[in-house]
Amino acid sequence: MIGLFSFILDRRGELGRLIAEHLAMALLATLAAAVIGIPLGILLSRRERLAAPVLAVANVLQTIPSLALFGLLIPLPFVGGIGPRPAILALIVYAILPILRNTYDGLRGVDPALREAAEALGLRPGEQLRLIELPLALPVILGGVRLAAVLSVGTATIAAAVGAGGLGSYVLRGIATVDTRLVLAGAIPAALLAVIVDAALARFSRSERPMRAGFILAGLALASSLTLLDLRPSTPRVVVGSKNFTESVLLGELVAGTLESKGFSVDRKFNLGGAWLCHRALLSGDLDVYVEYSGTALMDIFKRPKNTDRSVVLASVTADYAGVGLTALPPLGYENNFALVVRALDATTFGLKNISDLRTVQTQFRLGMFGEFLERADGFKGLAQAYGLSFTKAPAEMDLGLLYQALESKRIDLAVGSTTDGLIAAKGFVVLEDDRHYFPPYDALTVVRAAALEEHPGLRAALETLNGRIDAATMRRLNFEVDGRKRDPREVAREALSSLLPQPSGQ
Amino acid sequence: MPRMGALVDLQDVSKRFDAGPPVLDSVSIAVAEGTILALLGASGSGKTTALRLVNRLARPDTGRVAVLGKDVEEWDVVELRRRIGYVIQEGGLFPHFTVARNIGLVPERMGWADAQVRERVIELLTLVGLEPAEFAPRMPRELSGGQRQRVGLARALAADPPLLLFDEPFGALDPITRRRLQNEFRGLVKRLGKTAIIVTHDLAEACRVADEIAVLHEGRIIQHSTPKALLESPEPGYVADFIAASLPE
Repeated sequence: MIGLFSFILDRRGELGRLIAEHLAMALLATLAAAVIGIPLGILLSRRERLAAPVLAVANVLQTIPSLALFGLLIPLPFVGGIGPRPAILALIVYAILPILRNTYDGLRGVDPALREAAEALGLRPGEQLRLIELPLALPVILGGVRLAAVLSVGTATIAAAVGAGGLGSYVLRGIATVDTRLVLAGAIPAALLAVIVDAALARFSRSERPMRAGFILAGLALASSLTLLDLRPSTPRVVVGSKNFTESVLLGELVAGTLESKGFSVDRKFNLGGAWLCHRALLSGDLDVYVEYSGTALMDIFKRPKNTDRSVVLASVTADYAGVGLTALPPLGYENNFALVVRALDATTFGLKNISDLRTVQTQFRLGMFGEFLERADGFKGLAQAYGLSFTKAPAEMDLGLLYQALESKRIDLAVGSTTDGLIAAKGFVVLEDDRHYFPPYDALTVVRAAALEEHPGLRAALETLNGRIDAATMRRLNFEVDGRKRDPREVAREALSSLLPQPSGQ
Repeated sequence: MPRMGALVDLQDVSKRFDAGPPVLDSVSIAVAEGTILALLGASGSGKTTALRLVNRLARPDTGRVAVLGKDVEEWDVVELRRRIGYVIQEGGLFPHFTVARNIGLVPERMGWADAQVRERVIELLTLVGLEPAEFAPRMPRELSGGQRQRVGLARALAADPPLLLFDEPFGALDPITRRRLQNEFRGLVKRLGKTAIIVTHDLAEACRVADEIAVLHEGRIIQHSTPKALLESPEPGYVADFIAASLPE
């Protein structure tokens, strides 16, 4: 517990920024949802026939899982991409329903006798609304706004998956690097923030002058949104991305650190939710560079048939990248293959050495894997087919960072990880041999926007200093430093770079 | 054309909601200036609908309604309603406004100066028997039923309309308060020279307050006379039964 406190205290600078970002996203979304939802609710209360269909649509929008909504928004022009913009848009979509619904219900709930009295007194429709109906419905409407705000604070945690920042960054980073302290450092402030926002709005809705309080709150939301603006001087920056698992984050840090050592200004957009998201972000120009694996690019990004020849795969991928305006640099020097991992004791007990040996345990073993592997072209279905395996129990889907914990605690019996995972050796797990050569090769290679190479002279040379310098043993060691020793990826990468790269000579 | 001298004139109006039986069936009533008319009937008799035709809260399917010598369809509806005071059960006060704001609302919307509105509120509170300094700043929930009814009347009188409509105004009051208010209201309406229509299901109330009583049953007017004539020579059938049922055993 004390460890957690000092851990959080050490990061208070960054934490403060994340809280501000988080709050800004949530409040801005709530404000926008109120600006849309309240007038729409008023309209619906006046046009009863519109109410049912419009509320039905809002209901459906509400049920879209938040990650799916982010995913749907990414390819859209203007609002799409990665960063706070699509995140806020998604939050608005979620925040509209409670506000719209409560505005409609609140206005409809005004005593019809009072509505009629207002009409009979000769108030004009606008006066009836402004002087009688809205003030009477206000508590219900504000209840909706409050609900929307709390909902937004909660959902904004997921926005980190599209590189929007906020407290979700800690949560995602923590899950990716199996670091509970980091998860808590994000989750606890997020929960507190929800409670505080709820209490503040509750207080405001009891205020004697709700209109004035409303303006103050709207002002605060707008002011806090300034934190989302990038006010740093606009020196050209290179945006480096990573996927949401330890090795990808480390590779991102290695690339970013290399560039910084060569004098480039770097933005880090790490922990993005998957290969597809990173690729889209490269295409849209939200990212300049990230490290991908050749097999993944071959089958998942470019949908090519499987091939197990390293050089053929590299050539195919390089050509495909060039076709969409991206440049694949020569490989970094190691392969990161999928690894089917079992506990050492099971390996001895059941005589498991190769993947084909799994047939003897297919009725008892419970598998765990990250969701992407279930879907990938080079994933689980093809694997089961290639080896004639048919597991009785449905595979458990979990985050990469949690797999080895689950394996160790026997909640699963086989984990789909990767050969460079630092925890495999540390926990005494055994990797099964791909004896039928099912998996394509996965050379780590840097992919960069061709346009960025032109924009930033010297970028290619800087990136290429990493080529051929990282071997599997090094990667495994770095992964273990983060996953096993709970060290900060940036620090680990910085240390590694000082030995990997030729030292700059003579300042 | 509206009949001469009639401040309110319903000519052969009929109204039905959806596929149900007619709520009003060829109803004609004229209310002369300075008269208090009671529309008396059981619930569902159409009396409230008839009242709502006058300030155009409802519109007839057929027939014509004239108010102050002009067809209601020719009136600007806001203009029309500002010339008609409207009082409902419990006063229909707006719970988020003070007594003063409730009373002053219509003059305020008509663009009176603040001082003028304040003065009018004091005048009206005094008129309906409430101490202005004490009651003006109160909220409706801080009033008794009878006080709310008085404020409701004050609000209806605010813009000095020639015509007042009352929809079961005393329904929610205890018998003693009800009787006192009935007497005061009649006195006040008469003293101010207003014309009024009151909807009620209470024969005693109609007799006590009104100059004329129109009995409605199933959307038709079956007797229209003075209270005295109604009691002494009721139409045989429904009216006679209604009167018999209203009298103490």
